[in-house]
Amino acid sequence: MADREFGFETQCLHAGQLPDAATGARAAPIYQTTSYVFDSTDHAASLFNLQTFGNVYSRMMNPTNAMLEERLATLEGGRAGLVVGSGMAAQMVALLTLLESGDELVSASTLYGGTYSQFDYSFRRMGINTHFVDPDDPENFAKAITPATKAVYAETIGNPLNNVLDISAVAKIAHDAGVPLVIDNTFGTPYLCRPFEHGADIVVHSVTKWIGGHGSSIGGAVIESGKFPWDNGKFPGMTEPSKGYHGIRFYETFGDFGFVTKARMETLRTLGPSMSPLSAFLFLQGLETLPLRMDRHCTNTLAVARFLDDHPLVSWVKYAGLPDNPYHQLAQKYLPKGAGGVLTFGIRGGQAAGIRFIESAQFLSHLANVGDAKTLVIHPASTTHRQLNEEEQASAGVSPDMVRMSVGLETLDDILWDIEQALAKSQES
Amino acid sequence: MSTDIETLRRILGASQVIAVVGLSANWWRPSYFAAKYMQDHGYRIIPVNPNYKEILGERCYPSLEDIPDDINIDIVDVFQRAELAPPLAHSAVAIGAKIFWLQLGIVNDEAADIARQGGLGVVMDYCVKIEHGRLMGGLNLFGVSTGVISAKRPKWLVY
Repeated sequence: MADREFGFETQCLHAGQLPDAATGARAAPIYQTTSYVFDSTDHAASLFNLQTFGNVYSRMMNPTNAMLEERLATLEGGRAGLVVGSGMAAQMVALLTLLESGDELVSASTLYGGTYSQFDYSFRRMGINTHFVDPDDPENFAKAITPATKAVYAETIGNPLNNVLDISAVAKIAHDAGVPLVIDNTFGTPYLCRPFEHGADIVVHSVTKWIGGHGSSIGGAVIESGKFPWDNGKFPGMTEPSKGYHGIRFYETFGDFGFVTKARMETLRTLGPSMSPLSAFLFLQGLETLPLRMDRHCTNTLAVARFLDDHPLVSWVKYAGLPDNPYHQLAQKYLPKGAGGVLTFGIRGGQAAGIRFIESAQFLSHLANVGDAKTLVIHPASTTHRQLNEEEQASAGVSPDMVRMSVGLETLDDILWDIEQALAKSQES
Repeated sequence: MSTDIETLRRILGASQVIAVVGLSANWWRPSYFAAKYMQDHGYRIIPVNPNYKEILGERCYPSLEDIPDDINIDIVDVFQRAELAPPLAHSAVAIGAKIFWLQLGIVNDEAADIARQGGLGVVMDYCVKIEHGRLMGGLNLFGVSTGVISAKRPKWLVY
């Protein structure tokens, strides 16, 4: 009998988590341990050689984290996943597994500010140069690719510009150059968009956001599709004996989960940004309700976008769910269930009115996060993107009057009420 | 051709002796990884390779036909190029093996037909170690999507 193809909601609840073999516990046990006993020195050698599957040390692997890894890999339609301590760590681990000093990255310029800084500052210090391009024309990626390029990078929905990437067009450009497309799918979540279905090769997440949904824990994930041909000559680190892990050839030995295994055993093992098992448990709890929450986030965000679009005190709204948004067609292709839970808008009165709006809100939380169950607001130019100069801010899509809102799950009328009263106060001097 | 979970579980559960054709004695080769793993998990490994006398503490035979009759082979597990598979399928039939297994990346429909017509079960383009780890526990510890969905308590412990 052919294996059943289970639905997304079923996978959210079950993938990666069987009842505990030792106790029968149905909830995911939190394996709060650093280390695991070896049965013998031969068993230890087999584990260190990766000849048998098992646990050695929680910096690299932990049974609770492994449940989250498998669940995320399954939900993305990928082959294997790795969880790490933050979304920034996820990008770093994915990209440092691919690139070394002298290599180049071609990235969309429309990025979360911290990501921009990671590439523009921290990676350049390591000798990895990033070419930032306007992602609206996929050809811009092709123009920036050189023989030293080892990866192409972009966000499904750019933060905070709310631009939607033409994933399949950019994937084709990356593949023509023999390099993988790495997509940050944080704003998409696998419920709204599965980048592997459109040609992406590696997906990274800040699971801190909608994956968790509770705003209680920081974490990230790296997932591979299992389909990239690492033996195309551009990735000797995948095909030649590993200097970082006593001579293993990761692609030959682990095949379609070779990249994640290399990321785990070389990059995560030696750089160390691990996720706590308690955090992994909390993210598993969040994933159980991801489809329900994302449906409501999208419904509420679209309603807020329409409300703002019609409001006399609002000069512009950017949300790809609105029919007149320039990214609406791309959103319908890549995000058919909804354009996500974040919108941006400009208030009449510019930066001063924007700041007064945020400070006048009663329960819209002023903080630097998105994807919480609660509605969140921030002024990017003075916070998340303040490390960038004005020109870089403009390149990242940040204007002085911009307010970013991550629309939560409160009663919709209450959200609209708080926006209305804060907008009124934003005009007082 | 994909093989469903129930069939793979039945094969791995019913088999005890695996002849590994093309087994390398080098510890970092995939064939050694797979054979050592299966040996550690209770299977008897019979190495088949003309280049070695002994691997993993077991006598190594030059060919499947050289394995003594008193060793009953359940699975013939092939780590060889696809074009070498058809004669190995004939040999697997001749020695009375039950399963003809071509490793991950090895696809040869002619060999599969020969084995099936000889009454053997066929698994093709799968790694015996990865499938054991996927269905009997272990692979999940490495973040791999196993496709296993169940509310039954596993009757095995990973080691």
